[in-house]
Amino acid sequence: MSDQLYISSSCKIDDSHVFKDGDLLLGKKIAVAEWLLMIYKHFRFDYPKFYKMDNLSKLGWLATEFLLQDVSLKSYEPEDIGIVFYNRSSSLDTDIKYFDTVKAIASPALFVYTLPNIVMGEISIRHHLKGENILFVSDRFESGLMRQYVQDLFTSGSVRCCICGWIEFFENTVETALYLVETKNNGMFLPFTEENINKLYQLTNG
Amino acid sequence: MDKLMADLKKQIISQLNLQHITPEQIGNDQPLFVEGLGLDSIDALELIVLLQQQYNIKINNAEEGPKVFSSVRSMAEYITANQPA
Repeated sequence: MSDQLYISSSCKIDDSHVFKDGDLLLGKKIAVAEWLLMIYKHFRFDYPKFYKMDNLSKLGWLATEFLLQDVSLKSYEPEDIGIVFYNRSSSLDTDIKYFDTVKAIASPALFVYTLPNIVMGEISIRHHLKGENILFVSDRFESGLMRQYVQDLFTSGSVRCCICGWIEFFENTVETALYLVETKNNGMFLPFTEENINKLYQLTNG
Repeated sequence: MDKLMADLKKQIISQLNLQHITPEQIGNDQPLFVEGLGLDSIDALELIVLLQQQYNIKINNAEEGPKVFSSVRSMAEYITANQPA
């Protein structure tokens, strides 16, 4: 079985822009350390746990909020919705911050974020998702590899819906492009092809 | 005791990243866990770190934890009783 897959929603966040389905929602250049909190407050999200998350989780949480805005996942069981992420620096941003605390008293709150896949846990808790999830660490964003892996999950029946994409936060690099992939098409959804994945990823990357 | 409880509220907010609330919103006798502030097990560990960092107090008996961290007042009482000379 080879389902045709579609991108029913997308979100791109870099260090100064937020895009939803290719449209610019917010553009502002401020210090990276303040940028994610500014997005959270600007769009008046209300999720107290956000403040406790590390930067990678904050980035993923925010991008998924935009991704799933105006989207109904009610036709899926929680086990049907998977998450497939890729990034370059794993959880290094938090690992370094945690290492700094070890010199005095190690911070338990930082320690729990010293794994890159915690971002998928935060998203799963927020949206009640129980499907398969995996995070690959890769030097660069490879749309072909992601498209093929997600396609295989659908083909094998492991998922019926998938949140996938690139999510990177390290020092001054903020870069995420997430895609909601489904088999249904309202006539306007983009086919889940390398060309379309790259087009949405490159909104501000040239 | 009032000054200590006021300090503790600020320190709890800072240590636990509770940026959505103000010190005034934390009652002296309000439960810190579950139905009160809704803190979790990681927060409990951070409170232990707070006592060590700010007051140089270690909780050696784990069974004391739930009683010590039941409210801001109980924390202040424990600090007062165990403050190093």
